[in-house]
Amino acid sequence: MITFEHIRKQFPDGTVAVDDLDLELPSGKITVFVGPSGCGKTTSLRMINRMVEPTSGRILVDGEDVLEKDPAVLRRGIGYVIQHAGLFPHRTVVDNVATVPHLLGRSKKERRAAAMELLERVGLPTAFADRYPSQLSGGQQQRVGVARALAADPPVMLMDEPFSAVDPVVRDQLQQEFLRLQSELGKTIALVTHDIDEAVKLGDTIAVFRAGGHLAQVGTPQELLERPADDFVRDFVGRDRGFRGLSFESAASLPVRPLGEVGGARLVLDDSGRPVCWEGPGVRGGSAPVEGTFTAHDSLRLVTDLALSSPVATAVRVDGAGRADGLVPHHDLVDHLAARRAPA
Amino acid sequence: MIDYLSNNSDVVLAALRQHVPLAFLPLLIGVVLALPVGYLGVRFGWLYHPLLNASGIVYSIPSLALFVTLPYVLGTRILSPVNIVVALSLYTLALMARTVADGLRSVDASLTEAATAMGYRRTRRLLEVELPLALPVVLAGVRVAAVSNISLVSVGALIGVGGLGALFTRGFQLFYPAPILVGVILSVLLAAVTDLVIVSIQRAVTPWSRASARRA
Repeated sequence: MITFEHIRKQFPDGTVAVDDLDLELPSGKITVFVGPSGCGKTTSLRMINRMVEPTSGRILVDGEDVLEKDPAVLRRGIGYVIQHAGLFPHRTVVDNVATVPHLLGRSKKERRAAAMELLERVGLPTAFADRYPSQLSGGQQQRVGVARALAADPPVMLMDEPFSAVDPVVRDQLQQEFLRLQSELGKTIALVTHDIDEAVKLGDTIAVFRAGGHLAQVGTPQELLERPADDFVRDFVGRDRGFRGLSFESAASLPVRPLGEVGGARLVLDDSGRPVCWEGPGVRGGSAPVEGTFTAHDSLRLVTDLALSSPVATAVRVDGAGRADGLVPHHDLVDHLAARRAPA
Repeated sequence: MIDYLSNNSDVVLAALRQHVPLAFLPLLIGVVLALPVGYLGVRFGWLYHPLLNASGIVYSIPSLALFVTLPYVLGTRILSPVNIVVALSLYTLALMARTVADGLRSVDASLTEAATAMGYRRTRRLLEVELPLALPVVLAGVRVAAVSNISLVSVGALIGVGGLGALFTRGFQLFYPAPILVGVILSVLLAAVTDLVIVSIQRAVTPWSRASARRA
C-alpha cells in the first residue's frame, strides 16, 4: 500500500503543484491519477520514488517512510515506466531489461536468464534480445520498458503516461496485455494519464486531480461515471459518460427474444447454429452479414453498440460455443435501460 | 621526388618519427584533461559559457606565438619539444573540453532521468549512461583534434622542432620542391590513416549508433 499523508509540493518559483494530498493506493491494485495538465498528477507520482521531494507531509510505501530511505536504494525497489519507454539506446534489449538487476549486483548469467523470461512475459520474441532499441517499433519499445520495470520484481510500479506515445491500435493491445500481466502479478501500481478513457479501462481506483494539486474525486471507474462529485469531474469524464457507464453493466439480465423474424428479416445460421447473415426484404440489398455478437458475460455497452450498428437494429446473443440463442431488438434494449433507472 | 626520397630516407623517417609522438601525445593529454573539465561545464551549468569563451580564446592564439611564448612561461629551452607538446595539449584541451561538454549535453535528459529513477547514482550514471551516449560527439571531436594536431606540429619547424615541418623549411631554404612535396604527402597520409583508425574505433565502441540504419 502507498499512502500520501498531507503531501504538499511547492516549487521554488512559488507554484503549488500539490496541496495537502491525502490518498491511499491499495496493494495489488491499479490506481490511476488523471486530470488536466498542470494538475499535479505527475508530480505526485514522482514523489513516490523521490524524483521530486515533497515540501511537507509523508509518503509511506508498505508502512515505510520513503523520505527516510536512500533514494537510489528506494528507486531500485520501485518499477518505473515512462512515456516513449526511455530505453538506453546504447544497450541491447536484454541489457536494458536487466538494468536494475545489474545495479543490484546480480551475476550476468542470472540477469540474462531473468530478462529473457520477462521478454517472453511481455510478449516479445527472445530473438529481439540482442537488438538495440532503435531497431524496435514504438510498441515493442514500450513492452521492453514494462519488462525493464518488472526486472527486479518490485512490489510497486510507477507508470507515467506509459501508453500515450503509440498509435490507438497498439495502445489498445498494450493496455489489454498490461491488464493480463497485472492479473498474474498483482503489483501495486500508480499510473498517470491525461486520458479518462484509459483511466476507466485500466483503473481499479481513479483519483481525479484538478489544477492546483487538489483531489476532485477518488472512486472506482463506475462511481466516477455514475456519480461524478461535481461539475469539474462531470466535465472531465465527458458528455458520453452515460454510454460509457454501460461498460460496467452486464448483459446477463437483459431479456432476449427467441430466434425468429425481426423487422422483415430472418437470421441465417450455418450448420452448427452460428449466425451468418440477415436475409429478407427488411434488409437493404436483401442480405447483410452479422458483424458481431455478444454473450451473457459481455457488457451492455457492447450490446448497445451491436444493436445500433446492426442492419436490422438487433443484437444477436450467442452461447459459449458461438451458437445463436437469442435476439435483442433495440427497442427492447431501450426499455431495459429505462427500467433499470426507474424507482422500484 | 623519388630520388630525394631514396637519398634522404633517413631524414624523412626521422622527421616522421618525431612528428607522430608530437601530434599524438598532446592528443592523449588533451583528451584526458578535457573529460573532467567538460564534465564540470555540464555539472555546474554556470561554468559552461565561461568554458566556451576560454576555449575560444585559447584556440585563437596563433600557434607560433604560443610556441615562442611557452619557454618563458614554463622555463623550458626554446628548442625543447616540450613546448610543442604543451601548446598542442592546450589546443586539444580547448577543443575537446567544449566537445565533451556538448556531447554530455546532447544526451537526452529523459534518459538520465530514467537512469536516476531506476536507481543509478551520479558517478555510475555518468560512466555507464552519459559518457557512452556522448561518445559519438566526443569521438567526432577527437577526429578534428587529431588532424588539427598533425598539421600544427609542422609549424614547430619554424622554431626547430617540427617533425615533417622540417622538410618544408628545408625545401623552402634550398628552393627545392621535392622535400616540401614529400612532407605534404606524408602529413596528409598520416592524417588520413589516423582518421580511419579513429573512425574504426568509433564503429567498434558505438555499435548501437549504426543499429537504426540496419533496422529491418
